[in-house]
Amino acid sequence: MSLVHEIDYGTPASRSEKQVTLTIDGRAITVPEGTSIMRASMEAGIQVPKLCATDMVDAFGSCRLCLVEIEGRNGTPASCTTPVAPNMVVHTQTGRLKDIRKGVMELYISDHPLDCLTCAANGDCELQDMAGAVGLRDVRYGYEGDNHVRARNSGEINAKWMPKDESNPYFTYDPSKCIVCSRCVRACEEVQGTFALTIEGRGFGSRVSPGAHEHFLDSECVSCGACVQACPTATLTEKSVIAIGQPEHSAVTTCAYCGVGCSFKAEMRGEELVRMVPWKDGQANRGHSCVKGRFAYGYASHKDRILNPMIREKISDPWREVTWEEAFAHVASEFRRIQYQYGRESIGGITSSRCTNEETFLVQKLIRSGFGNNNVDTCARVCHSPTGYGLGQAFGTSAGTQNFDSVEHTDVVIVIGANPTDGHPVFGSRLKKRLRKGAKLIVIDPRRTDLVKSPHIEAAYHLPLLPGTNVAMMTALAHVIVTEGLFDEKFIRERCDWSEFEDWAAFVSEEAHSPEAVEKFTGVPADLVRGAARLFATGGNGAIYYGLGVTEHSQGSTTVMAIANLAMVTGNIGRPGVGVNPLRGQNNVQGSCDMGSFPHELPGYRHVSDDATRDTFEKLWGVTLSNEPGLRIPNMLDAAVEGTFRGIYIQGEDILQSDPDTKHVSAGLAAMECVVVHDLFLNETANYAHVFLPGSTFLEKDGTFTNAERRINRVRKVMSPKNGYADWEVTQKLAQGMGLSWNYTHPSQIMDEIAATTPSFALVSYDYLEKMGSVQWPCNEAHPEGSPIMHVDGFVRGKGKFIRTEYVATDERTGPRFPLLLTTGRILSQYNVGAQTRRTENVAWHAEDRLEIHPHDAEQRGIRDGDWIKLASRSGDTTLRSLITDRVAPGVVYTTFHHPDTQANVITTDFSDWATNCPEYKVTAVQVSPSNGPTGWQQDYDELSRRSRRIAGKLEAAE
Amino acid sequence: MSHDLMEDQAHDPATLVRDKLVRMANQIATFFLSQPEDVRVQGVATHINKFWEQRMRRQLFEHIDTGGDGLLPLVIDASKLIRRPEAVGSVPPPSQ
Repeated sequence: MSLVHEIDYGTPASRSEKQVTLTIDGRAITVPEGTSIMRASMEAGIQVPKLCATDMVDAFGSCRLCLVEIEGRNGTPASCTTPVAPNMVVHTQTGRLKDIRKGVMELYISDHPLDCLTCAANGDCELQDMAGAVGLRDVRYGYEGDNHVRARNSGEINAKWMPKDESNPYFTYDPSKCIVCSRCVRACEEVQGTFALTIEGRGFGSRVSPGAHEHFLDSECVSCGACVQACPTATLTEKSVIAIGQPEHSAVTTCAYCGVGCSFKAEMRGEELVRMVPWKDGQANRGHSCVKGRFAYGYASHKDRILNPMIREKISDPWREVTWEEAFAHVASEFRRIQYQYGRESIGGITSSRCTNEETFLVQKLIRSGFGNNNVDTCARVCHSPTGYGLGQAFGTSAGTQNFDSVEHTDVVIVIGANPTDGHPVFGSRLKKRLRKGAKLIVIDPRRTDLVKSPHIEAAYHLPLLPGTNVAMMTALAHVIVTEGLFDEKFIRERCDWSEFEDWAAFVSEEAHSPEAVEKFTGVPADLVRGAARLFATGGNGAIYYGLGVTEHSQGSTTVMAIANLAMVTGNIGRPGVGVNPLRGQNNVQGSCDMGSFPHELPGYRHVSDDATRDTFEKLWGVTLSNEPGLRIPNMLDAAVEGTFRGIYIQGEDILQSDPDTKHVSAGLAAMECVVVHDLFLNETANYAHVFLPGSTFLEKDGTFTNAERRINRVRKVMSPKNGYADWEVTQKLAQGMGLSWNYTHPSQIMDEIAATTPSFALVSYDYLEKMGSVQWPCNEAHPEGSPIMHVDGFVRGKGKFIRTEYVATDERTGPRFPLLLTTGRILSQYNVGAQTRRTENVAWHAEDRLEIHPHDAEQRGIRDGDWIKLASRSGDTTLRSLITDRVAPGVVYTTFHHPDTQANVITTDFSDWATNCPEYKVTAVQVSPSNGPTGWQQDYDELSRRSRRIAGKLEAAE
Repeated sequence: MSHDLMEDQAHDPATLVRDKLVRMANQIATFFLSQPEDVRVQGVATHINKFWEQRMRRQLFEHIDTGGDGLLPLVIDASKLIRRPEAVGSVPPPSQ
């Protein structure tokens, strides 16, 4: 094993198709026009010395080390800023160049500490490398003069010296080691797009400055790590590298946070993780990262992790640690007892969208073939199930149509109900990069998200609609496009059913769907809607990106159909730069859906009533499969309350915290006789569990995740499972306990079974992924290299289907008792229920959930910023602190759901999407009032949590 | 189904579950009511057949058989095309 080596070409690749041939040091090399001499040299295998250049940012030309001589040209131009030209003859090493470079290095080193042996970058320092490369042997200027290195010069205070900034929990900034190459500043601007860093001062006084001479933690810095990655010295260094030392081997793996699915190199020393570094060849992230994937992996070794299986008879008992054998035998006998007592349909399970495809496949296989029913569901139920239904109806398949690279070709972007700079940060950065290059943006969101206006980004239109009115808004956009004749008739005639289009066009053209008519529901001025519709229809390649602000409504599925309609009517399907792009929540929520986690579908989205599909699995598994759809998560809880559902196996999912109407969820769980939670931590659901099976992290197992662009990426094991077993092994042993004769010895065998049974995965295998890096399904005989863009020559269902989308107001309405609308969302530094990120240093940015409230609403209620307030709905009440901001409109309040002590879902109702039962998280009528402290419910719950986490023979687990 | 009505009867799990099923069935029917007339009945029935587990359909039929109070007429019309589950019977687990 060794470190995965990446070549730094110095400047970004040119996209030109025109080729240019030149000679560098006697070698002929052909490269695309616009390539720098530096990059061309590297491609020819010649490394020109450099410091300020790196291929993640544009050339800057400041370090004067990469100079070359070109025959027929005067002087010594910088190779990073000089493009190649036909027949150019370049020399990278001449006497003149050697002298200049050595002189430049002497100047750098004269103002640099000489502590290489004890420096954290020792072994990974480009300054050191360059000193070696140019043959630096002495520094004629000495070290005693003006400098940034020492706190005192000859006893006097050195005003140019600055202490180390250690405010960021993950990396340090040591100004004494800075060579002012600006790589960090440019990475922050060009890659991340936050513009948090600048160079203050000038000349010898120049310094890197976060914000206006602030500490990193106090500045706008979002801790994505791009600057640390760009830094050629020890100026910006991961604290983990300072603590541990340089890594000695690495493996490419996939982040286990959001649905972007970034590729990282897990850099290791033995079995200790030194750092996670984004992998340049990762097709989803192209070498970028966010604070979660880059730094927030500390939960994997957190003291709260449970490493031994545990059992208890009643949930009021303390936990008792048992052997794995005892745990498996207990679960098997309990599940069988329940089935004999209450019937085959009385148990079920939930697959995890955080686990691998292989693990998810096994859980649904256990349920379908071992439990003998289809009572399997997954967290996609509560996030993107409407995407599955809506796109399935319109296009014939449920997944996003594009790859992430597609955004580089987009001219007009609609972002609706999504906040990518917080929820999908790496995609957010890629989108902002495109926007800075001129693409136009339309944001449809009740809240003024960062995308609406932030440095060098401004939405052309922000339509701040009232929560719950998405369908009215999307139909009004279609009204404008149809009635003003802006639709793409050629596309529609070729690709869609024309009579369905005519029916739909007549429907949307009705006056009731005009922007003027819907203004009274949406609250958005009609002229803004008309302007946005015209821009989307006429502005070039149009792409729609959306998130849970679309799906988590009682009309979630209808809005997805409206989005599909809008894409089809403008001809924006089937090529780069366009499409319908659901931003999926969890790392493997796409995969968990693909793997047959829904109660009505076998792997590959084939309905359980389809005889041919069942036959495939029945033959392979040697069982008879039920042809009846099973229970969805909310239905399971209803059935539990009613007494017909008594046992559940939950892998890597915290339904008590993440699902709506907490009191209903807890009532359902409390009514069950055997709740088995398989997780890293004693999560909130485990408060109601009878069996706890410890889980393993993504670092501890092999497998695959499938991201929001249908990309199947490898997850690679870099350390042994601390709990003893990878999750797929736990499920297998449970299945064996229940009498199933499974015998997988490696996850690759599970993938082989998936490929053999699921046409869209036919060519996928670990060997093939090794060769290809990653593939996007469908990957089969028809698409051997996978499918970056879908519906290229026609829709999966044949003709695209236009569907009428009538706005129906939700049953959840404001009134005198509950006059405000609560909507929920997430924040950059925390992830989902926070079980992972709360156990990392990310709490430095978000230690509690806050309620965003407009100044007007706050003043009416006598609430000041930071006050404790009570938030009440028809379902329940909780308390949290206020955050007064005009990002929300009057009448709308907003909070996140990352902390269990807030439990925002005590507030949310059990209303749900008409088609899929996806909960209506995004609209709850509430009242807000000043408060003195936690509600009775919060106090009771806190006590319950404390009691239910007791482990016999151990001190109380700290949470 | 108004929320306040539900609150009044919220104590009995069976009532709660039934009210929820009525609401869900009506939501489905409401979507299809906006669709072209010839697909409405089939649309509702297909949706429920495809996504509703047997005990949910059984409870729906129990409610329809006792008058179907609160259900939209389209649900009642569609019920003729909804698969009626077999009577309740305890099915043992599969033998391995």
